Amino acid sequence: MGLNEMLKRTPLFDAHQKLGGKLIEFGGWEMPVQYTSIMDEHLTVRKAAGIFDISHMGEVLVSGKGAEGFLNSVLTNDIRKINAGQGQYTLMCNERGGAIDDLYAYRLGEFDYLLIINASRITEDVAWLEKQLAASGGHDDVKLQNVSDETGAVAVQGPKVAEFIGQCFPGQSTGGRLFVGAAALKKNEVGQFNFNGQSVWVSRTGYTGEDGFEVVAPGETIEAVWNKILDAGQKFGLKPCGLGARDTLRTEVCYPLYGHELDEETTPIEAGVGFFVALDKGEFVGREVLAKQKADGVSKKCVAFKTADKCAPPRPHYAIWSAGAGAVPIGEVVSGTQSPSLGVGVGMGYVKPEFAKAQTPIEIEIRGKRFAAVVVPKPIYRKPD
Amino acid sequence: MTKANGPDSIMYMANVPTDLKYAKSHEWVRVNGDTATVGISDHAQHELTDVVFVELPALNRQVKAGEACAVVESVKTASDIYSPVSGQVTEVNKAVVDNPALVNTEPYGNGWFYKIKLGNPAELNGLLTPAQYTAEIGG
Repeated sequence: MGLNEMLKRTPLFDAHQKLGGKLIEFGGWEMPVQYTSIMDEHLTVRKAAGIFDISHMGEVLVSGKGAEGFLNSVLTNDIRKINAGQGQYTLMCNERGGAIDDLYAYRLGEFDYLLIINASRITEDVAWLEKQLAASGGHDDVKLQNVSDETGAVAVQGPKVAEFIGQCFPGQSTGGRLFVGAAALKKNEVGQFNFNGQSVWVSRTGYTGEDGFEVVAPGETIEAVWNKILDAGQKFGLKPCGLGARDTLRTEVCYPLYGHELDEETTPIEAGVGFFVALDKGEFVGREVLAKQKADGVSKKCVAFKTADKCAPPRPHYAIWSAGAGAVPIGEVVSGTQSPSLGVGVGMGYVKPEFAKAQTPIEIEIRGKRFAAVVVPKPIYRKPD
Repeated sequence: MTKANGPDSIMYMANVPTDLKYAKSHEWVRVNGDTATVGISDHAQHELTDVVFVELPALNRQVKAGEACAVVESVKTASDIYSPVSGQVTEVNKAVVDNPALVNTEPYGNGWFYKIKLGNPAELNGLLTPAQYTAEIGG
């Protein structure tokens, strides 16, 4: 596979090569898909710990007294619900209610926010935010700063991570809200910590369905952060993990991936993330369409499914059919894989709403043949108690 | 297969048995009289990692050299397998269908795909020798 010279590389590129990571193209970036194997890395995250390079993701700082009001006018979730030191999952929609991106918004201080956006959407998101800010007029003290190019990030995920994250960033938080240590962060909380004299942001968030942390640091610092975590996590079974495992982990817990479950023609209501749309907070871009969909229903719904027959793993774009006699096409798979945790084919797809109920039998067309599957509740994989 | 990360994962030395012929697309052929056994190379299984599904040609199917006639799927991708030789499929490996991991653990043994009655034995001369295949995969 000849990788395009134009692909962007993260500050961890050399680290991936040193570790024998297998590199692929993802959203314009040259990223490791795996180091050992997707299966091995996936199961390591489920039972111990894994570290992922997520430096390709975008970071936008939004600051100023009007930042809260501005963000609430362009994002679907109610940003007033988070205090300094907290973050929330949210979406940004166009006037049609279609998703421009899904993102995490952190409130770092009273008037300072950090948006973590998808790598493939940085240009679109920043252009959209600038356009909305210019159009709004009323938020003129708001500053937008795209710091994606000079910022690195890693995700450290798995049940063992809380046991060693503290020693990577010793001491209490140095900015934002006061936390006695990184391990004291609760789900969705964020704090600034010291790392070798540099300020880094640590949050208790992730994209795997496991407990875990994400670290955002200056690009020139991220390799030292990566090495420190690899070292500290070694005796807990930590392994470097690639985008392959990141994708299978998020698929098992039904987290959307932009370009699969979400795009500009698909709304958060259709995608099944309506929980993060605060229709009651007042006006925001896309609200009218989203409110109407919530009241009147949608024409397609994102469902999770498991395959029932022994068959090849489901893959994006495979057709979904109704089951039984008189079967007709009812939709399309958007994410699919062999589930490393469950050992069966799993995925998500869009179907007509009448087929969206859990336990509805459906069929997945694979290379011209149809195989039995069943709609299941989200998430597909639940951690054993 | 699931070696700990470290230099050995970059330095993976694929096994290329000297008694086989190879296709550029990473299939191997073991000739026995007028029949050949077909599978995929150690290099190929290492690149794929974690084979989770194998689909084999129907018994008695006539295949042409270069024709896609089987599919091997890892967690991440589905890859076509191209028959290195023409002929009629005389046997398929049910064991590898039931246990696709055999492709990873025994690519030249119990991980074989199918046997084929050679339709044009001269095609064998167009396949790669072990030395040529080793060079092909950068060994």
